[in-house]
Amino acid sequence: MVVFEKPKSLTDTPLHYCPGCTHGIIHRLVAEAIDELGIEGKTIGVAPVGCAVMAYDYFACDMVEAAHGRAPAVATGLKRCMPENIIFTYQGDGDLASIGMAETVHAATRNENITIIFVNNAIYGMTGGQMAPTSLPGQVTQTSPYGRDVSVAGYPIKVSEMLSTLDAPQYIERVAVNNVKNVKNAKKAILKAFKNQVEGKGFSLIEVVSSCPTNWGMSPSQALQWVEEKMIPYYPLGVYKDKDAKGKED
Amino acid sequence: MSEKVLMKGNEAIAEAAIKAGCMHYFGYPITPQTEIAAYMAKRMPKIGGTFLQAESEVSAINMVYGVASAGYRVMTSSSSPGVSLKQEGISYIAGADLPALIVNVQRGGPGLGGIQPSQSDYFQATKGGGHGDYHLIVLAPASVQEMADLTVKAFDLADKYRMPAMLLADGTMGQMMEPVEIPEVEARAVDHSWAVRGTNCEREHNIVNSLYLKPEILEQTNFERFERYRQIEENECMYESFMMEDAEYCVVAFGIAARVSKNAVVAARKAGIKVGLIRPITLWPFPKKALAKAAQKVKGFLSVELSMGQMIEDVRLAIDCKKPVQLCNRTGGMIVTPEEVLSSIEKLAKENA
Amino acid sequence: MTTQILIAGFGGQGVLFAGKCLAYEGLFENKQVSWLPSYGPEMRGGTANCSVILSDDPVGSPIVSNPDVLLAMNLPSLDKYEAATVPGGKIVVDSTLIDRKVERTDLQAYYIPATKLAASLGTPTLANMIMLGKMIKETGVVDFDNATEAMKKVVSAKRADLLEANIKALKTGFDYEG
Repeated sequence: MVVFEKPKSLTDTPLHYCPGCTHGIIHRLVAEAIDELGIEGKTIGVAPVGCAVMAYDYFACDMVEAAHGRAPAVATGLKRCMPENIIFTYQGDGDLASIGMAETVHAATRNENITIIFVNNAIYGMTGGQMAPTSLPGQVTQTSPYGRDVSVAGYPIKVSEMLSTLDAPQYIERVAVNNVKNVKNAKKAILKAFKNQVEGKGFSLIEVVSSCPTNWGMSPSQALQWVEEKMIPYYPLGVYKDKDAKGKED
Repeated sequence: MSEKVLMKGNEAIAEAAIKAGCMHYFGYPITPQTEIAAYMAKRMPKIGGTFLQAESEVSAINMVYGVASAGYRVMTSSSSPGVSLKQEGISYIAGADLPALIVNVQRGGPGLGGIQPSQSDYFQATKGGGHGDYHLIVLAPASVQEMADLTVKAFDLADKYRMPAMLLADGTMGQMMEPVEIPEVEARAVDHSWAVRGTNCEREHNIVNSLYLKPEILEQTNFERFERYRQIEENECMYESFMMEDAEYCVVAFGIAARVSKNAVVAARKAGIKVGLIRPITLWPFPKKALAKAAQKVKGFLSVELSMGQMIEDVRLAIDCKKPVQLCNRTGGMIVTPEEVLSSIEKLAKENA
Repeated sequence: MTTQILIAGFGGQGVLFAGKCLAYEGLFENKQVSWLPSYGPEMRGGTANCSVILSDDPVGSPIVSNPDVLLAMNLPSLDKYEAATVPGGKIVVDSTLIDRKVERTDLQAYYIPATKLAASLGTPTLANMIMLGKMIKETGVVDFDNATEAMKKVVSAKRADLLEANIKALKTGFDYEG
C-alpha cells in the first residue's frame, strides 16, 4: 500500500532549498493541486528571479523562466495566445511586490485568467538577506542592519489587502504554512486558485506567509514561531476577495 | 496580386505583420509609432488575435516573451525611449533563443529627446542594446513598401534562426504614405518542438530559460549562438547598390538618409562626379563584403546618417580603414537635405581626387 | 517629370487631407507618389504642413523643402515658405486669410478667397478642397476628372454626402476666375 507519493507534477530533481525553508512545502501544494485537477499536460508555469528561480527544474509541466518581476506579464502573453492552457506564476516578495509591482497590479486589474502563488518571507533570500518590500518594521536585514526604519525605508506592503481594493480580481487569499492546520488551508486555497482558472473566472492570487531560517538567522522551528508571532499578526490570514463568496457574505 | 493602396509606413507594418501570421501585439503609446498600435487595436479583435495595451514598455516586451515562448508569431513596437525600456526583455528573448519582432520607429535622443525622425539608435540596435553577448537581426526599410516586405522578412528570419529581429525605421518612414502592395504570405511549417504549449503528458517538460549557472555551459551556449550568427552574416546580408558600376566615390546610407542621398547622388552625377550609393538593408548583419569590394575601386566613402555618426564605425571596420570615410550628418530630429549631401560628396571628391 | 508640392496651414484646416487626396490622384494616374505630414503637437492647432511628391520616376527624398508648388492656407505658412519656393514655381494663396501679396516676382502667384468661398457653399471646412481645385487648374499636375474619381477612394463610402461636398468644393476652386 502506498501511503505517501510524490505528486506527478514534481520532477525527481532534488530541491536546492535551505534546511527548514518552506518553498518545498509550497511547491508540493502547487503540484498536488495540478495533479488533482488533472491539468498537468496543459499547465505552464512561470518561474521568478529569487530563491525559486530554479522552480523550472522542479515542476514537471512546461516552464518559462521570467525576468525579475515580469512573471505576470509573461503569463499574460502565454494566456492570451493559449487561453485553454493553465498558466501560473510562482513569485517571491521582491519579485512580485517590489520590482514587479506594476505587472502584478495590472494583471490583477485586467482580471487576467492566471494563478499567482506569492511567497512572502519578508526578505530577499537568493541574494543573501536584504530588506524586502514586506520586511517588518524593525526587522534586521543586511540592508537594514539597525532594523527597518519606517521613516527611511517606508512601511511593508500588504499585497493582499492592496490588490483586494481593485474591482477586477476574482480571488485573493492569504495563507501560511507554519503548521499542519495552516498547510491544509493553504492547500485548499491553492487548489481553488487553479480551479478558478480552469473555470475561466480570472485572476487568483494566493499569498503564502513563509519563512527563511537562513537569512532570518534562526533555526527552522524558531522561524516558524516567528511566523506565528510576528508575521501573521502583521499579515492576517484569510480571504481578502472572493467574487464567488460575495453573494453569501451580503 | 493585391491592389496598390496608399498607406502610412506604420500601418503597412501592422497589416504586413497580420498577413505574416502575427496574431499577438503588445504595445504602449509613444510618438511617432502610435499608428501601429491603433491599427492593431482595430484589426486584432476582428480576426481573433490579441491587442493589449500594456502598463509599460517593460511589460509589453515581457508579454512578447510569453507568446514567443509558446512559438507563436508576436510583435511589439515603440520609439526610441520606449525601446530602451524594452532592452531587458530583448536580452532575455535573445538569451532564451526565441523568435519575435520588435519595431523601433526612431526619434531623436538621448533622454526624452524629441519626436522628430532620427537614426541615433543604430548602436543600440546593431550592437546588442541590452546586456550580454547577443545580436538582433536588424532590418532598415527605406520605403513604405519595404516597411511591409521587411516586416514579413523579419518574421521569417526570426523563425529560421530562433532569435529576435528588429525593424529599425524612423519617424519619416512611419508617418509617410506611399503606394504599397501588402504581400500575400504563405504559412510555412516551422519546428516548435522546443516551445511551451503544455506537455500533454506525452513528453518531458520544455523549459524556456536564459539562466545558466555553470559558466562553462553558458560559454558553450554563447559559442553555439555565435556560430548561428556567423551563418547569418554569411547568408542573410541584404543591401541595395545604386549607380555603383563605375563609381569613384561611395555613399553609404540607410532608411530615410538613403532616400535623401539618392537625390544627391543623381545631382552629383549631373555635375560630373562619379558617385554611387550602397544602402544596407540589413544593418546586422552589416554588408561588410559589399563595402570591402567597393573599397577596392572607390577613392572614398561618405556615411550619411541622422545621428552623430554611428554606422560610420561599421563602414570603417568593413573596409579595414583602407579608404577615407567622411561623415555627413544631422541629428536631434533634423533631416539632412539633398543639398547638404551633395556638398559633402563634392568635398569628398575634391579632397580625394 | 517630378512635382514637389507643399501644403501648409493651421492644424484643423485639412492640410493633410488635401495632401492625401492629391496623392491618391497621382496614384490613380499611375504616378510615383509620396505623402509626408508634419507630426506632433502642431497637429492640434499649430501650423501643419504636408509634402506631396508626384513623379514619373521613383521618389527619392519624400521631404519637400523647396516646393515647385506651395499652397499657403495661412499667413505664417506664406511667410515661412515663400522664400523656399523654387524660381518659376507657383504659389496658391487663400486670400481670405492672407492679406498680403506674394513678394517674389520670379514665380507665379494665384489668389483665391478659399475660406470665404467654402463658407458660401455651406461647407466652411472645405477651403482645403477649393485650394486644391485651384492648384489643379493652374498646374495641371493631375487631370481634374481623375481627381474627382480618386476622391471616391479617399472619402469613406459611408460618407457619400461628404464626397459630394468635397467634389463640389474642388470644382468651385477649379472654376474660380479671379
